[in-house]
Amino acid sequence: MKTYQLPEVRIERDKDRCINCGVCVRQCAFNAHKFDEDGEVYSEDEKCVACQRCVSLCPTNALYIKDNAPFVKDNANWTAETQKYIWKQAETGGVLLTGMGNPKPYPIYWDHLVLNASQVTNPSIDPLREPMELRTYLGSKPDHIEIEMVNGEPVLRTKIAPQIMLKTPILFSAMSYGAISYNACEALGRAATELGTFWNTGEGGLHRNLYKYAPNTIVQVASGRFGVHSEYLDAAAAIEIKIGQGAKPGIGGHLPGEKVGPAVSETRMIPVGSDALSPAPHHDIYSIEDLSQLIFSLKEATEYTKPISVKISAVHNVAAIASGIARAGADIIAIDGFRGGTGAAPTMIRDNVGIPIELAIAAVDARLREEGIRNRASIIAAGGFRNSGDVIKAIALGADAVYLGTAALVAMGCHVCQKCYTGKCNWGIATQNPYLEKRLNPDIAAERLYNLVRGWSHEISEMLGGMGINAIESLRGNRLHLRAVGLSREEMDVLGVQVAGSPMA
Amino acid sequence: MEGQIHRRNISGCGLAGMMSEDGRLMGGEAIIRSMEVLHDRSNGLGGGFAAYGIYPHKADYYALHIMYDDVKAKEETDVLLDERFEIDSEEIIPTKKSEAIPKGPLLWRYFVKPKVDFEDCGLCEEDYVIEAVMTVNSMVSGAFIFSSGKNMGAFKAVGYPEDVGKFYRLDEYEGYTWIGHGRFPTNTPGWWGGAHPFTILDWAIVHNGEISSYGINKRYLEMFGYKCTMLTDTEVVAYMFDLMLRRHNLPLEVACKALAAPFWTDIDRMKAKGNAKGDIYEALRMVYGGALLNGPFAIILGHTNGMVGLSDRVKLRPLTAARKDDMLYIASEEAAIREISPELDIVWNPKAGEPVVGELKNPVKKGSNKARELEETVA
Repeated sequence: MKTYQLPEVRIERDKDRCINCGVCVRQCAFNAHKFDEDGEVYSEDEKCVACQRCVSLCPTNALYIKDNAPFVKDNANWTAETQKYIWKQAETGGVLLTGMGNPKPYPIYWDHLVLNASQVTNPSIDPLREPMELRTYLGSKPDHIEIEMVNGEPVLRTKIAPQIMLKTPILFSAMSYGAISYNACEALGRAATELGTFWNTGEGGLHRNLYKYAPNTIVQVASGRFGVHSEYLDAAAAIEIKIGQGAKPGIGGHLPGEKVGPAVSETRMIPVGSDALSPAPHHDIYSIEDLSQLIFSLKEATEYTKPISVKISAVHNVAAIASGIARAGADIIAIDGFRGGTGAAPTMIRDNVGIPIELAIAAVDARLREEGIRNRASIIAAGGFRNSGDVIKAIALGADAVYLGTAALVAMGCHVCQKCYTGKCNWGIATQNPYLEKRLNPDIAAERLYNLVRGWSHEISEMLGGMGINAIESLRGNRLHLRAVGLSREEMDVLGVQVAGSPMA
Repeated sequence: MEGQIHRRNISGCGLAGMMSEDGRLMGGEAIIRSMEVLHDRSNGLGGGFAAYGIYPHKADYYALHIMYDDVKAKEETDVLLDERFEIDSEEIIPTKKSEAIPKGPLLWRYFVKPKVDFEDCGLCEEDYVIEAVMTVNSMVSGAFIFSSGKNMGAFKAVGYPEDVGKFYRLDEYEGYTWIGHGRFPTNTPGWWGGAHPFTILDWAIVHNGEISSYGINKRYLEMFGYKCTMLTDTEVVAYMFDLMLRRHNLPLEVACKALAAPFWTDIDRMKAKGNAKGDIYEALRMVYGGALLNGPFAIILGHTNGMVGLSDRVKLRPLTAARKDDMLYIASEEAAIREISPELDIVWNPKAGEPVVGELKNPVKKGSNKARELEETVA
């Protein structure tokens, strides 16, 4: 069938600069660049995914990828994109697939929230001269501690539930081995260890060689139970039960058999070449009491030595669900907003299901406080955090820490082309193709991840100091340091913030 | 008192406190003179005092000091109080109007006991009193209970502290602990209730500072049922002490370490050396993170059995302490202490976050009367 698709991009090649070296040809797994019969390089626009790999590596800067927004007759309803989807489905009869997070122009509430700073009545603090503390403990806390005085000396009588300690309130989000390459996993593990924070295996299991990073690893137990065994659980710093993912709330996962080579097969404990299908629900969790059973099964299995996290996508009733999860015994609740990324998701679900993380954090934090149980579980927020400004605002709204997924991939080289599900990632990140995978040098990628989080942490310190605060816990849930610009009364009510210009009360 | 308390006051201030650990009773002239030295630390928009041991003849009764905008507010309040308390007596608080403070709200003092008998549950009785105070303060327009402890009282007004002290005729009272405060607010509701000290039960706080963590401190306290109606930093400090000392039963020194937490580097060092305090402080910071008062402050806390001075964890506001015989003095400036006790045994500047603690040698037993009787019988 002849495709009616129009090319989305246009590849411009400056013939004066091109030396016909063929780097672009070798770099593009989508075959957008080719040699013709005479050995001359040419390009096919329709194959290009705009990942910018060829542009970055062209030795003479001869390439330029241009937006080629196809002209369709002016129509607010039948845009080029809506028509494109229809052509695609008319040709295949399939479900539209995509990767990464929701790209739609929904409001980004971070950009409607502004931070405070000290002037005159209290001094700002310079983090280069004074201590500035970002250390964060994730896990369940009691609502008070008991101290007994013995011979005039205080003695601690309370034993606090297991915690994980972060040097900075930023973790790497769950991305599975299988969805991303071995080298990407290695880079995440190494960077997390260097940074004193944590990375997350996702549902792909933990490759044998990566057990050395286990003290900084959160392992996931998802509905497919891939790669879950006692050694895996024992090795981890914390265990996360994955209920949902922001990019695709309510559905399971699908790792195509092409991505399941020998190493992925061994790690996931499934046959080589078989599709790894995670069911939509856990088939042993049909209600909250079932979740509680799984939480306590995992606690029993690991002898109550590590915190158990439960990850959910942010949906309409997220506050009540989170309250149930806290009461079910979870030590950490991870909430993934609708801009959270994915290796593969149905486009319609990614773009239409779930709610923004900003509103979810605010609603959950407020609800747990109303019920007097906020101390029982820590909150990790996830879903499209772009910079340290987003992170610090999330903490002011009430999150304990933040998961970075997409930002970490971008740090490693990702250009958000949204083709993760094809397995052809030219940057060597979202692929299992050995030829592509080795393009990602784990040493360099780990350093880039380290640099990113270090930079953000410095920025968070500076902003905290500006507010006259020298410990992150004094900003956590401190919404008085946020003000809204351009939001409705209802939105401000849910966020628990006042309009900019109103006083500090 | 809705409408009058809609702004959080950000203020710089002067403070002073004096205590006889022997429990000797002293007149109020000294603290007034001490505060007069700190005149320039306030701007005439609020001054106040708290004194302990001033009502020995009514020591078993909660002394409620209430300001009313008008008679109607008093009538409404009286109904609420009647429902909850046996009122032993009520009277107008004696004052002396002057050019400095020519007028003010109606000021009444009640001595009351809860109508409910809590038997051996001292905590329940005190929670009952707190609930009553919060109900009046949030429900009755134009009424404000600004003091609610036993054998103690707060006195405050809009004016310079020395004028406020004279207005309330504090020279006619005798107490073993006195604390004083002069305000320099940067916004001005000009409301008497906004002056310091802020009190709940027998906790009285005077405070110099701006707490940048207020937003979370308030939400943290709300989890434990406190209603922060006054929107002042100081109110938050008083409730924090009530929560940690009275309800969570933490030792004073430990509670102070939650409010002005040691740095992680120091805690790590203690833990590495096997110092058990390292574990306590680590647990404290994990569990009481919401109680950490972040930002510049110096406070003096008065309570029935003592007085505590505390500054923030990097000491961004001044605090000086001194001792002479049985006396402990704490003030923003040494001059305020020298004014009333020129000869001192020792003067020092407490380190950031290090509490200065004064304790009565013969502490008063707290709790309901029934509980005290029971305790005495057992003993």
